[in-house]
Amino acid sequence: MSYQANEKGYYGDFGGAFIPEMLYPNVEELRSQYLDIMKEESFQKEFKDLLRDYVGRPTPLYYAERFSKKYGTKIYLKREDLCHTGAHKVNNTVGQILMAKRLGKDRIIAETGAGQHGVATATVCALMGIECIVYMGEVDIERQAPNVARMKMLGAKIVPAKSGSRTLKDATNEAIRDWINNPIDTHYIIGSVVGPHPYPDMVARFQAVISEEIKVQLKEKENRENPDYVVACVGGGSNAAGIYFHYLDNPEVGIIAVEAAGKGIQSGESAATSALGKEGIIHGSKTLLMQTEDGQITEPYSISAGLDYPGVGPMHANLFRSGRGEFISITDKAAMDAGQELAKLEGIIPAIETSHALAIFEDRKFKEDDVVVINLSGRGDKDLSTYIDYFDL
Amino acid sequence: MNRINKKLQEEQKMLSIYFTAGYPEPEDTVSIIQDLEKNGVDFIEIGLPFSDPLADGPTIQESSTKALKSGMTTNKLFEQLKGIRDSVEIPLVIMGYFNPILQYGVEKFCKKCAETGIDGLIIPDLPVDVYNEEYKSIFEENGLQNIFLITPQTSEERIRFIDSVSNGFIYMVSTASVTGSTSGFSEETRDYFKRISAMKLENPQIVGFGISDEETFNQATEFAKGAIIGSAFIKHLNANGKDNIADFVKNIRPV
Repeated sequence: MSYQANEKGYYGDFGGAFIPEMLYPNVEELRSQYLDIMKEESFQKEFKDLLRDYVGRPTPLYYAERFSKKYGTKIYLKREDLCHTGAHKVNNTVGQILMAKRLGKDRIIAETGAGQHGVATATVCALMGIECIVYMGEVDIERQAPNVARMKMLGAKIVPAKSGSRTLKDATNEAIRDWINNPIDTHYIIGSVVGPHPYPDMVARFQAVISEEIKVQLKEKENRENPDYVVACVGGGSNAAGIYFHYLDNPEVGIIAVEAAGKGIQSGESAATSALGKEGIIHGSKTLLMQTEDGQITEPYSISAGLDYPGVGPMHANLFRSGRGEFISITDKAAMDAGQELAKLEGIIPAIETSHALAIFEDRKFKEDDVVVINLSGRGDKDLSTYIDYFDL
Repeated sequence: MNRINKKLQEEQKMLSIYFTAGYPEPEDTVSIIQDLEKNGVDFIEIGLPFSDPLADGPTIQESSTKALKSGMTTNKLFEQLKGIRDSVEIPLVIMGYFNPILQYGVEKFCKKCAETGIDGLIIPDLPVDVYNEEYKSIFEENGLQNIFLITPQTSEERIRFIDSVSNGFIYMVSTASVTGSTSGFSEETRDYFKRISAMKLENPQIVGFGISDEETFNQATEFAKGAIIGSAFIKHLNANGKDNIADFVKNIRPV
């Protein structure tokens, strides 16, 4: 059995395309062409050139010596924080803007929560000279002012999502509604491995460059392609999909997914979807999601704006249900402490999302000679005000 | 024979009204249904409120959010509708998104609909192929018709497939849009109405999205069997409360 998507876009029981008929032509146009386009030599060349020259890939695989020593195991950091725009998100937006061009689209829409995906989308739209509209929850616009300013500077139009809870899930709803209203000229760049098929698979393939590079880099450093574990934080799960991708069907490599417990799983303020979610439909995908008994989608909580999505990508739902992935949840406090610790031990200030993945070592013990690769998915500049408030810096 | 098929055999163009269950007030559901029937409406779509209604514009979204805030649930809707067939004869269709139905249990939901006297379901985010493979038999066992949508972008081949799976009517979305977002029909839209009409489908078509008054109702039903009004009715409720439903219906289809 493979942990990759099958041709209908299912990962085990999860995935598919549960979309209204109004979206069917848009999604079908993409579904019927995305694999062929990605296989084209000219596409691959353009994608790789941009990742190298514009994004700054390959990103380093860094052996974190002092951090490793503290926890008595060998910890490598995959430095996605060094990508242009400060996170792995841009790998996907570069891929999708090239896809949009080949599909003949001249208008781009995107959703964003914390603003990282919005910035990565606005960036590639500026690069290609394509119109960019970013939907963002009214609540998020207020609390993520610097990213709103960055998107504006890059020429994107920000549209506030005023419906429902006015956060990421509602921004996603608004982007989908825009796509329904503009079926011909518009491509929707989804930022994570969520949404209807083919999005989870397509986004995972664009992020797969992360594990592709690790295989080569680890060979140089450890004379082996396979680490014992790959670790990533999971909101929707795009950075996780990227670091797992080439190891999904390799049982020698353990997969660890780290979710945001918020103030504690039972606190009522959490985003730990695997623990709290039930099977359902969100944004066109069958997956695990946080919802009421009545099937109304609820608003998650995490100190990290990038992890508070009420669902999880169908790939990860399947990794959880099948037992292939080990799921760990980390509280706000443990994540903040781990971020502080990495800064002091390695001179790297991580994004708070990433800090969750770094926090597992307090409780999850590894063998001394285990090789553990963590996806350092983003840098902490965008979170500085949260760190300042939290630690009273 | 299902009430829907029976109704569709009548001569007149069908006027169908959508409203959100539990809106404006939680206990308004039944009285609105009764009033709509009394005023000559042919079909009613009862909206099951959902937190994330992807295909709906702001008017219906807001009515759903408000209904949920005031405590509307699937169970509550079925409680309210208990005994509805003692007072209401016209076809009743529940329109809702798939997740709440999935959580209730598709089979249990369909059984409950049958017990209550619901005739059909419209579930915009349940695709026709998934329905066909996984749920069709459950719907049929409970005498429920599942109503599918087509749009101006739907291919002829897919329309034929949807027609073959349908057994009541086809919900013809007038323009590429969410609900409540157009005013008046373009030449292009009317060409689409003609094109579909010329396909001579097995199932009659009822047009929805963008119908708000007598003029758009007449345009929509020139080639189709009927039309559905949703957002415009919710707006009427917002402005006038639920006491003037007669005026609203008269403005669409004068007696």
